[in-house]
Parts: sequence; structure tokens; C-alpha cells
Amino acid sequence: MTLDHLARLEADSIDIVREAVAESARPVLLYSIGKDSSVLLHLARKAFHPSRPPFPLLHVDTTWKFREMIEFRDKTVATLGLDLIVHRNPECVALGVNPFDHGSARHTDLWKTRGLRQALDEHRFDLAFGGARRDEEASRAKERVFSFRSAQHRWDPKNQRPELWRLYNARVAPGESIRVFPLSNWTELDVWRYVDRERIPVVPLYFAARRPVVDRDGMLIVVDDDRMPLRDGEEPTPELVRFRTLGCYPLTGAVRSTAADVPEIIEEMRTATTSERQGRAIDHDQHGSMERKKQEGYF
Amino acid sequence: MDDLLRFITCGSVDDGKSTLIGRLLYESKLLYADHLAALAADSKRVGTRGGELDFALLVDGLAAEREQGITIDVAYRFFATRARRFIAADTPGHERYTRNMVTGASTADAAVILLDARKGVLRQTRRHAHLASLLGIRHIALAVNKLDLVGYSREVFDSISAEFAEFATELDLDEVTCVPVSAADGVNVVGRGEQTPWYAGTTLLRWLESVDVGGTAADDPVRFLVQWVNRPDADFRGYSGRVLRGTLRTGDRVRVLPGDQLSTVVRIVTMGGDLAEAPTGSSVTAVLADEVDASRGDVLAAADDPPGVADAFQAHLVWLHEADLLPGRHYLAKVGARTTGFTADLPKYRVDVDSRGRAPAKVLRCNEIGVANVHFEAPVPYESYRVNRDLGSFVVIDRLTNATVGAGMIDFELRRSANVRRQHLTVDKRARAERNGHRPCVVWFTGLSGAGKSTIADLVEQTLHAEGRNTFLLDGDNVRHGLNRDLGFTDADRVENIRRVAEVAALMVDAGLIVLVSFISPFRGERALARDLVAEGEFCEVFVDTPLAVAEQRDPKGLYAKARRGELANFTGIDSPYEPPEHPDIRVDTTALTPEDAAHAVVAGLRGLGLC
Repeated sequence: MTLDHLARLEADSIDIVREAVAESARPVLLYSIGKDSSVLLHLARKAFHPSRPPFPLLHVDTTWKFREMIEFRDKTVATLGLDLIVHRNPECVALGVNPFDHGSARHTDLWKTRGLRQALDEHRFDLAFGGARRDEEASRAKERVFSFRSAQHRWDPKNQRPELWRLYNARVAPGESIRVFPLSNWTELDVWRYVDRERIPVVPLYFAARRPVVDRDGMLIVVDDDRMPLRDGEEPTPELVRFRTLGCYPLTGAVRSTAADVPEIIEEMRTATTSERQGRAIDHDQHGSMERKKQEGYF
Repeated sequence: MDDLLRFITCGSVDDGKSTLIGRLLYESKLLYADHLAALAADSKRVGTRGGELDFALLVDGLAAEREQGITIDVAYRFFATRARRFIAADTPGHERYTRNMVTGASTADAAVILLDARKGVLRQTRRHAHLASLLGIRHIALAVNKLDLVGYSREVFDSISAEFAEFATELDLDEVTCVPVSAADGVNVVGRGEQTPWYAGTTLLRWLESVDVGGTAADDPVRFLVQWVNRPDADFRGYSGRVLRGTLRTGDRVRVLPGDQLSTVVRIVTMGGDLAEAPTGSSVTAVLADEVDASRGDVLAAADDPPGVADAFQAHLVWLHEADLLPGRHYLAKVGARTTGFTADLPKYRVDVDSRGRAPAKVLRCNEIGVANVHFEAPVPYESYRVNRDLGSFVVIDRLTNATVGAGMIDFELRRSANVRRQHLTVDKRARAERNGHRPCVVWFTGLSGAGKSTIADLVEQTLHAEGRNTFLLDGDNVRHGLNRDLGFTDADRVENIRRVAEVAALMVDAGLIVLVSFISPFRGERALARDLVAEGEFCEVFVDTPLAVAEQRDPKGLYAKARRGELANFTGIDSPYEPPEHPDIRVDTTALTPEDAAHAVVAGLRGLGLC
């Protein structure tokens, strides 16, 4: 008897989650409500069963997430009896920062990057789990599983701690922290196969449905509420679409699809010709933008 | 055969390893349209192939790598063919980034080493093969790349293959396969090329799909590493951890190591339900029949075939940090799920990767490999690295910066540590302290040469002696005439100098004395070591604070003048660093106090700390 591919990925990730908790004083799980967060949360529950995961969830909210995401978040937390911290950058709340008036880059920097740093500082978390995977983006492919951050939350990609075997070094001085990525070695397809096998609930936005869509600058934007200013000639039209990743609704492109459940998504992926982050406006703001954002503290 | 292969690619700068990985992804149809579009745009902008697709840009994802056209850190790439899944770690070739190469190699089972057919087997090639074999990789494919640039010459390929094969016989490898390729043209990478009709062997991808790297057997003796004690309530106590080797079964008789208690596995708990058995690699929670005292870092092992437990080993070390490995310095080591104090002895030798010979060494520098006897503060369950990577490996961590500074692989246990047991003595430190009527302690004076340490320490001792305390003063210069006369002033010797003095001071504390130590002791690490050798509250660090300019002006022994003239190498403050204490217990400013006043201040400070 040996472990199959998914079972081995699962065991590796559980190993990572346990090491992280054992080696830190105040861990937290960055919960972004997407499928990767759902898998990460599932693994964290498995790692400590029958105990509950010994850390809270942190959602860095931008007020621009899809409504279905927030509903799903609140239902998940209530069902599983978990602690959730929701942080909204108070400066952004006061200024009403949004992607239309301030642009996607500043919107993301202020709400997410700075919001995250505020929340980590406020609660003095010394270790934060994230659901990022190395197959997502070129600079992520370079990142350690246990990734050191300075007291200013900066990542220094040219000077990462060597990470040999499964001997993760989570030691930090006060103020410094570690970001831990238990899904580093998973691919998008692995995530969906695991969601299927373990029957993990995910936000319904991943499944195809008729949604009000405008085609803006080559992206299919689902108009989730009436805060989105429509340009001349734009008229939301119902189309059968779904999402491969989830973020702020004005910045996340949908794809035309008929995949209405997880097996159909997996089947669709076999023939996909574009990557999942293709629908993320913030990755394309400027060249090397993910590396730059990560250096500044973005997840 | 395992359906997952983890392999590394390595080679010198410009050998084209990133290109090769890009080619593998491209030809396995694993590149998405938006990736290809981005690649096409990048290739025009910063590519090195005249606007054609430059696959290196797929893996060199950091801005600095793209700008300089080199690989700095490991990139992990995932792909699958019908035969197998792959995790490819593309590792940097340059010696400066060896630590990143060993990071990739430590979890890999096979290596693809690239070289440029025009340049042949280089020092780097040998170095990569050597490191790969040292890290436990037993299967190497040598990709003789850029064969297009030598006209697909069979003679060139044969000569390089023969040279490498001969070198490789002296490494610990099971298999070496040489493949003639052109990553740029895609020859013998995925498909065969017409350009090499003389070659009948495998393509690189075919080799990756078929190489059998073995793996652990299900009937190996079980080793289960405890990571976390799982206690949700008073009724449940489980050990959450990982099966490192063998199969864990309910009913197994196990030994809990290093404590060596016996028990039986009664449940294997997972969120999906209890299991009867958990194969190698499983992350589960084990419940034992008995109330044993097991904690994080312990190993549950087959009762009739347990691993060894020891605290001293011969090990191979790879040094990963700019600050040298200093023999005797106190580091931390993470081994399994345990972090413990660690020191290395003087290296037995440094491995010369060119000659495969042994060179003498007093320290290990960044990217050097050496063999040394090493000591852990506490005994650990272990297996030699050859048998079990998980229980045979450790990383070395700097106590002050928390940086991962070294990596180690256990060769074997030093019998000495198993056979030399600490003798239990009846008359102990407490008994002596009672007889003396005062507590023992170490008063450690640190500061630059000429700061006034010895003068002040002498005055402090006179005061304490007059009060009837049992004291002893260990003076740097005096000790160097006797116990430490074999030591010089290099960093490594300074560490050993302080280590010996700290040990002597600790013995004298056991003997019940107030030990005054007057040593420059320039490094924080060694002062921390001295503090660690005695009990909490028995150590007082006195910083005799004198600015360099003042000490140099005083220059009572004329040493600064000599050092400035270049007649005295490694002089603290001039060409050797002094790391001032960040939080000394007592600080005396000798620019503001006379030696007598400073001594008074120290005695008052000691009284304040309850030490005299």
C-alpha cells in the first residue's frame, strides 16, 4: 500500500501546517475565500483533528468582493465553528478607495497589501499561512515554503533562507514573520481533483451560471452590484460564465463556460489553453508586478 | 516505480538549463496560451535569442535574473506526461548560489546536469555531480547540450561522455546516462533528432519517465516522527506526526525515542476515520495504549528494530552562509522535529570538489563542504543519511540572526558519546555553595584591548576577597600562556579560546567560586555560549565600554601601534571585529570613571543582582 499523488500532496501539506504551528507563537491563516483557501482550511482541519485548528482565520476585506464570497465566508466560519478576523484598512474606508477612481494598482496596494500589514501588526502574528501555489506565477515559483519577512513585511527574493529537506526554519526576531505556503507544490488541477475527492465546498461563482456581464477592455466583468459605473454603451447582459480565480469583482475576469460542477471543471481544464491568473487584472499592471507586490508585503 | 519524480536541473551559466525546462514544458504541451504570449513579448524585449522564443524567461522569474540573464534561486515547475508526474527544480549553476542548488537537491531523486558541448566537463560540472551525490541523488543524466554548435559531432559527445563517466565512478551513484541534446533546437529532449543518427540511446524525457529511483520499502522498520501532541480534551491524547519509513499499523509494538519507553499503537486517527495502517509518507495521529511521556521531536519506532540514539556524530557539512562555520561556536540545529544546541569540532577535512581530494581546513567557508565531528546538546534518534534522509539530516541555525547557515548529513555515531556517561556526583554545587556561604557565579568582563578589563577585574577581586568570598580571576593574557598557548588570533581560534575559558569558568562555578573572567571575547555568540554553560542567574556580563579611539590612545602594551603598522594581524578593533553587548548586565564607561570607581560600580551591580 502506498499513497497516491493527491494523498501524498495532502500528507506533505499537513506536515507543513503542523511544523508551522509547532514553531510559531501566534499563527494565523490568511483566508481569501477562494478554492485554494478552501483546500488550505480543509488541510488545516485535517492536520489537527480531533482538535480544532489552533489559529484564527484572517480575511483582509476590500469591500469589493463578490457578495457570494462574503456569504460563503460567513457560512463556512459558522458551520465549522472557527474564529474569523475581518480587517478593512480604515484609511481606505475613510477615503472610499475603489478600482475605478484610484486604479487597480493603488486599489490593491492600499486595501490588500497595506491592509494585510496593518492586520498582521495589530494582532502581532508571527506566522501567516497563505494558499499560494508555485505554478501560479514566475516569482511564486521561486519562493520558499517558509518565506521570511522582515519587520517591514518585505520579501528579499535574492536572499532567501536555504530550505533543505523538510527542515523548515521558522525562527524570527520580534516584529519579523514567516509566510507559509502549504500548497506550494500543488497545481490548479490538483486543487480541483482534491476538491472533488474530498467534497470540499467552494464558492458557487466557480460554477457556470447566467450572470450579468459587460465586456470591458477584453475582460468579462460580472456586475455584482450597482456601485460599478458603466461606460457609454455598456449594458450588462446575461451570459453563461464562471470564474477560475476570485478577487475583487471589478478586477476579476470571468470565462465563458458551461462547467456547472467540479467534474465538469476538471474536464474543462484538460482542454484549457490559458492559465487561471489570466483573468486577474492586477497581475498585468506592469511587468514583474507580482514580485514587486510580494516584496512590499502582498501575499 | 514511483509515479512522481522529483529532479533537479543544474549546469554552469549559459549551459541552457532553463531553456531545457522551457523546452520540456513546451513540447509536453504544458504551456498555456497566455504564458506563450507573455513569453513571446518577453523574448522580444529582454530575450537572448534574437527575438525567437527564449525559454529561459519562463523559469527565470525574478527581475534580477531576467536583467542579468542568470538563475539566482531555485524555480519549481510541475508537469506530467502519460507515464509520470514531475517536479522539476531548476537550480542555479554559479558557485555563489550553491545554497540554492542544495535546497533543490535535498528533495530530489534524480539530476539532469547540463554542460556546453563546446566547453566540455568543467569544474562546475564536477561540483554539481559531487553535490548531487552527496545529497543522496543516485541517478544522473548528463545532457551534453548545444551539440548544434559543434555540428552534432559524435567525437565531441563520446569524449565528453567518457570523461564524465570516469569521474562519476568515484561518486556514490547507481547510474549515469549521457544524452546528446540541443535544447534550443529540441533535439533528443522530447523527440529524437535526425541530427544524431549515430545515437541509439534514450531521449531526456524518456529517461525521466523511466528512471527507477527506488524508494523506501513498506516492510522497512517503522519510524514515526511526532510533530505535535494532540490534546483536544482530557479524554484524548494523540501524537500527530508523519510516517517517515515503513508502515505504521495498529497493534505495532513501538519504542518512544529518545526516552526508550515501550507501548502499543491502538488507534491511527484521521479526520476521514481511523485507519488500520498508514504507509510511508502519511500524516496521521497515533494513539498509544500507555500513558507515555512523548513530546514533539520524539520518534515512535519498531520496538524490535529501533534507530540509534546519540548526541555526537561524524557528519558531512555544507556551509551556506557568508559567516564561516567556526569550530566550537554554539549554534542551533534542527533535526527531525527537534531544535537543540549544536557545535562542530575542527573539520577533519574539506572536500575539494575538483580533485575529490581532502584539504585541511580550520573553518568552513560559504559553499564549502567538509567532514567534522558534531555534537548535539541532547541525544536524538537518528539514522545515517544514506539509510534515511529524514532522520539523517539537520540544518544549522545561527542563534543570533536565526539564519539557516549550514546543512548536515549524518555519517555515523561517535561511539564515545554512547559510552561516556556523565558520572553522578553526591557533593554538588549546592553543597559547596552552602559550605562557602555564598553563591558561585561567572562575572564576565568584555571590552577592547586597553579598555581596562584586567585592572578593574583585579580591583573587584580584591574587594570580594577581602569580604571572605572565594574568588578566581581568569585573565586572557595569562591563559594564553598556558591552556590556550596553541591558539592564535583568527576568528576560529578566538572562538576556541573562549570556548575553553567558558568551560573552565563553568567548572569553577561547580567548584563554588566567584569566577572573574577578563577576556576581550569579541563575539556575541561565544559570550552567549559562556552564559549557556552555567545555570540561570549565575552569569553576569560586564561591558567595559571604552571607545576605540580612547583605547588606542592609551595603548598600554603598544599593541594598537603595532597593529596599525601591520605587524599584528587580526587585532580586535583594527582588522578583526568587536561585537559590543546589546544588553550587558553591567556597563561601566571608562571615559567617565576611574578604575576604582568602575570597580565600585561593578561590585554594587553584583550586589544589585544578588550575586555577592
